[in-house]
Amino acid sequence: MSDQTLIEIKDLTFLRGERKIFDGISLKIPKGKVTAIMGPSGTGKTTLLKLIAGQLKPDSGEIWVEGENVHKLARKKLYGLRRKMGMLFQSGALLTDLNVFDNVAFPLREHTKLPEEIINSLVDMKLQAVGLRGAKNLMPSQLSGGMSRRVALARGIALDPEMIFYDEPFVGQDPITMGVLVELISKLNHSLGLTSVVVSHDVNEVLSIADYVCVISEGKIIAEGSKEEILQGESEYVNQFVKGLPDGPVPFHYPVKPYLSESDGAVN
Amino acid sequence: MGLLIKTMQKRSIKLNGLIGLLQKTGHNSLQILASVGRGAMFIMSLLPALPYSFWRFDLLVKQIYVAGVLSLPIILTAGLFVGMVMSLQGYNVLVDYNSEEAVGSMTALSLLRELGPVISALLFAGRAGSALTAEIGLMRSTEQISALEMMAIDPLKHIYAPRFSAGLITLPLLTLLFIALGIIGGYMVAVGWLGVDEGAFWSQMNSHVDWREDVVNGIIKSVAFAILISMIALFQGFNAIPTSEGVSNATTKTVVHSSLGVLGLDFVLTAVMF
Repeated sequence: MSDQTLIEIKDLTFLRGERKIFDGISLKIPKGKVTAIMGPSGTGKTTLLKLIAGQLKPDSGEIWVEGENVHKLARKKLYGLRRKMGMLFQSGALLTDLNVFDNVAFPLREHTKLPEEIINSLVDMKLQAVGLRGAKNLMPSQLSGGMSRRVALARGIALDPEMIFYDEPFVGQDPITMGVLVELISKLNHSLGLTSVVVSHDVNEVLSIADYVCVISEGKIIAEGSKEEILQGESEYVNQFVKGLPDGPVPFHYPVKPYLSESDGAVN
Repeated sequence: MGLLIKTMQKRSIKLNGLIGLLQKTGHNSLQILASVGRGAMFIMSLLPALPYSFWRFDLLVKQIYVAGVLSLPIILTAGLFVGMVMSLQGYNVLVDYNSEEAVGSMTALSLLRELGPVISALLFAGRAGSALTAEIGLMRSTEQISALEMMAIDPLKHIYAPRFSAGLITLPLLTLLFIALGIIGGYMVAVGWLGVDEGAFWSQMNSHVDWREDVVNGIIKSVAFAILISMIALFQGFNAIPTSEGVSNATTKTVVHSSLGVLGLDFVLTAVMF
């Protein structure tokens, strides 16, 4: 593994029941860059993040993070590795019994022995970055979906991780917030030297910040490369996805028998 | 010819039904076995995390409040009424033999040996066990447990262990309070209302209740029930399908399994102890 690669996925296969979510994919995620993983919904983008973080086990193949095989690590070492990871869940996944401030302070209080004043100012800084310092006394149930995701982002960066995974960060955000988030992700990445992995299907927003793009469909990587390479690529798949065309080789339907053959069976 | 085909079709439907039944039985047994296996693995992974709950005292105290202090009203009220009813029923029988003074020892013994541990455990399963399952099931469905794992915080230590230890500590204490209130209720009915002699009431109780045989055995029972209920409640939450239907099913299962488990285990323990 070269110095430039932080996460390496080797020949990964993952099954959900009978369905192959990933079918032997290999991917290198470069260090210090924003890598976008795109694909139609249901292609297992979130699953890929959970596999990288060791929350799910692959059926075959390996995932190496910082030179360690994630799925061979003992529990303690895996948790050590996760301290260097931040993850922004699609739902936010805030702890519902704590208010916004305590949610962001939670990882700091659990993992560091910092005095309360320092935690106070750190949390304020993180909340200021996502524009929610004024909401610090609210409970998660009082937040909108977009706001909870921003609080979750503040929590994700509370411990200043080395890598951060964003699971659909732009879904349900208004245009202004979206713009702020796009800028925030890119700024965080470049000023703190983070490695970011953004899973999303908001093509324009993602392409505006991604250094490296990977498009997944039907369990395979159908295109990867720099933003320019993707946009100029010849592949019909990518073209259809990036431009959002209704017709093309990317299937819109969940795997199913052809309509006619199934209705035939019902009639007889 | 047509008739032959029809009978053959009928037979094959019958056969299919039979095979279907076999298949279903096999499938269900496999699922039950698999969930027993998952339960055993869950318990094995929880055990090493348990000492942690005493190290993080703040988490433990919060859970003791939730499981114990909040269960106090139902436990105390139930204890009082059970004691009163025991005393009333006991008096009605004993008075025919002119031995109504024995009502004190009868109430105390039945509370200490059986009613205290068993009824407290049943109430605890309904009040605290179901809440535990629903809480953990919902935490999973809203990805809070996943989020903890990603923040490098072990949910076994942070979520499961303190809840288990809290159950283990609170149920025996609640049981003792239940019994104490039951005896007070019995005293109120027997002495206050039915006119049993106060001195006889207490002295009979004093001479018939044995510390080791009755009190300690009752406490041992309630500790065993606490382990059983906490394990079932935590495992059902852990194992719940993370949807509204899955969580509601798991909550029901917690109450049903732990109630039946408590009654079954009570028989076994009684057979061994007395």
